[in-house]
Amino acid sequence: MALLNLISTINHTLDYEMGRDDRVVVFGEDVGVEGGVFRATVGLQEKYGADRCFDTPLAEGAIVGMAVGMAINGLRPVAEIQFSGFMYPAYNQIVSHVARMRNRTRGRLHLPLVIRMPHGGGIRALEHHSESLETILGHIPGLKVVVPSTPYDAKGLLLSAIRDDDPVIFLEPSKIYRAFRQEVPEGDYTIPIGKAKVVQEGEAVTVVTWGAYVHETLKAAEQLANEGIDAEVIDLRTISPIDRDTIIKSVKKTGRFVVVHEAMKTYGPGAELIALVNEKAFLYLEAPPTRLTGFDITIPLPRGEHHYFLDSDRIAAGIRKVVNF
Amino acid sequence: MLIERFDPLKGEMLRIMDEEGQIIAPDLKPDLSDERVLELYKVMLLTRAADTKALQLQRQGRMLTYAPNTGQEAAQTASAAALGENDWLVPAFRELGAWLMKGVSLETIYLYWYGNEWGSHFPENVRMLPISIPIGSQLNHAVGLAMASKYKGERDVALGYVGDGGTSIGDFSEALNFAGVFDAPVIFVIQNNQYAISVKRQIQTRAATLAQKAVAAGIPGILVDGNDLLAVYAAVSEAVERARAGQGPTLIEAYTYRLGAHTTSDDPTKYREDNEVVEWRAKDPVKRVKQYLIAQGLWSEEQDAAQSAEYEEYALEVFRKIEETGDPQVEDLFKYTYKEMPEHLEEQLSEYLQYLEGKVK
Repeated sequence: MALLNLISTINHTLDYEMGRDDRVVVFGEDVGVEGGVFRATVGLQEKYGADRCFDTPLAEGAIVGMAVGMAINGLRPVAEIQFSGFMYPAYNQIVSHVARMRNRTRGRLHLPLVIRMPHGGGIRALEHHSESLETILGHIPGLKVVVPSTPYDAKGLLLSAIRDDDPVIFLEPSKIYRAFRQEVPEGDYTIPIGKAKVVQEGEAVTVVTWGAYVHETLKAAEQLANEGIDAEVIDLRTISPIDRDTIIKSVKKTGRFVVVHEAMKTYGPGAELIALVNEKAFLYLEAPPTRLTGFDITIPLPRGEHHYFLDSDRIAAGIRKVVNF
Repeated sequence: MLIERFDPLKGEMLRIMDEEGQIIAPDLKPDLSDERVLELYKVMLLTRAADTKALQLQRQGRMLTYAPNTGQEAAQTASAAALGENDWLVPAFRELGAWLMKGVSLETIYLYWYGNEWGSHFPENVRMLPISIPIGSQLNHAVGLAMASKYKGERDVALGYVGDGGTSIGDFSEALNFAGVFDAPVIFVIQNNQYAISVKRQIQTRAATLAQKAVAAGIPGILVDGNDLLAVYAAVSEAVERARAGQGPTLIEAYTYRLGAHTTSDDPTKYREDNEVVEWRAKDPVKRVKQYLIAQGLWSEEQDAAQSAEYEEYALEVFRKIEETGDPQVEDLFKYTYKEMPEHLEEQLSEYLQYLEGKVK
């Protein structure tokens, strides 16, 4: 066991899997010599050589396109996009090829590859460094999309992602890269993709969230507990495919549903989750299912970003409304 | 080395066999027996026959949208013929001669154009990627395949195709750049057929040749007569040998002409003059190999007519079979999205199957 933060866990996990499986290669911009702008790949080039952990020219489309070819030819590439806001040049590759190769070839080819990228905001960064892209990734058939919220989960999910025979987009909440440490086992363990986790049990309301917002939501739940409202908090962990059973089971118990996310509201991931709850648990609902989300605006630059993000007070206020409906 | 003798910046073009099938550069003639030339010629003939038949079937409303190859058979067939069995072929979408050469059956290819994904399911031993419609995007896959070969210490190379229009898209430059930086064992073949749907080659770039785009990436580029089977074979063979020997990537511009339409959905008379087409018909790549083979005493006009008729008949037979069996199973539309079908897809499939069953009653 080691006490690790999220970014050190990513580093440890890549190291672990590269040591175990020489088909795993890691690359992207500043990934090699520097070890990544967030230090996710620090030391890996030194340890495994420049043919297994390397810097690429600055072209996200080619980074992902190259990963496609490598995956077809027997490797398990882990490509890094430096920030999710720079993913768009690679979106053509992701949507047109990564997601489709298995279906296009009726299973003849498949792509065991992972695309990692920092996700979400709250780090007072420049424009394009705070994006939440769950909707445009989760909407695409053939992709799996994962967002860990703790170091422990990150290792188990990243190992699952690298070992998965389908392509996995691994979104890493950059706000909590260094927010806290947790005991992370040094040995082998996986957490299944597509399984949510009930992080706090409760009877009053089901609250689904993921990534950095899990921690704000737990703080909100603590406030509410002091008022006698026991919220059930679910960390979705996988955006696609959705763990429908865990959500529906919980809503049938609580009769109330709130989804909390950083992404914009309209057509956002919350819309899908509310549709799911309506389809599967409509008659159990005692209040309108509710979304607590980012506004439908461009994420503000650092001086104004705190207005965009939800803190525990706003989350608690939103949940209170649903409980008191 | 051909790449040292033909400078793309000077517009020099490798030509070995002229328009009448005469060898004009005997010293550059590749190591290719006349018997092998005949084999390649038959693939060119089959390509043309399959094209002719596909167009007829499309006009009868039996085949869907189809991208014809007529006029480009030499560039396609010769480039793929220079590859070994374990080398990777990465198509764009207009390389019928290359696919046949690589060992994909006409049945599979017609099934693709018939509109069924099983037409991209190639046998295990055929190292070919499926057709890639987003222009230029496939070249980065070729780089990745080549990088993986290199990483594994294998000697297999990858060859990716693109058209003249595709050289304008970012992926093209990115692929050349990555290949150069990583010294990837990859060959890029541009089939410059002078048109991207309706847009002339001159509208794509002010560069005098497309081959010279290699220069900025720091890799060799060579312009070849794409209607000259021997020239294409010689250039690609050299590039394959270089790649296999660890000498990195090569860009080859095969200068050719699309005698037909972009696809069955456009009318080329709207964007080009008839006399241009007539000029290029005289440069027909099939005709010149036929003349060469006749001159060598290996072939005759009679054999040629009989072989073409036989291939057209064969193509029709293949298509008839597909018409009977080429519609997909509903389950297949869902089954290959992921390795294991997630619950939400199982639900959608089962609801739809129940609906279909109800309709049958």
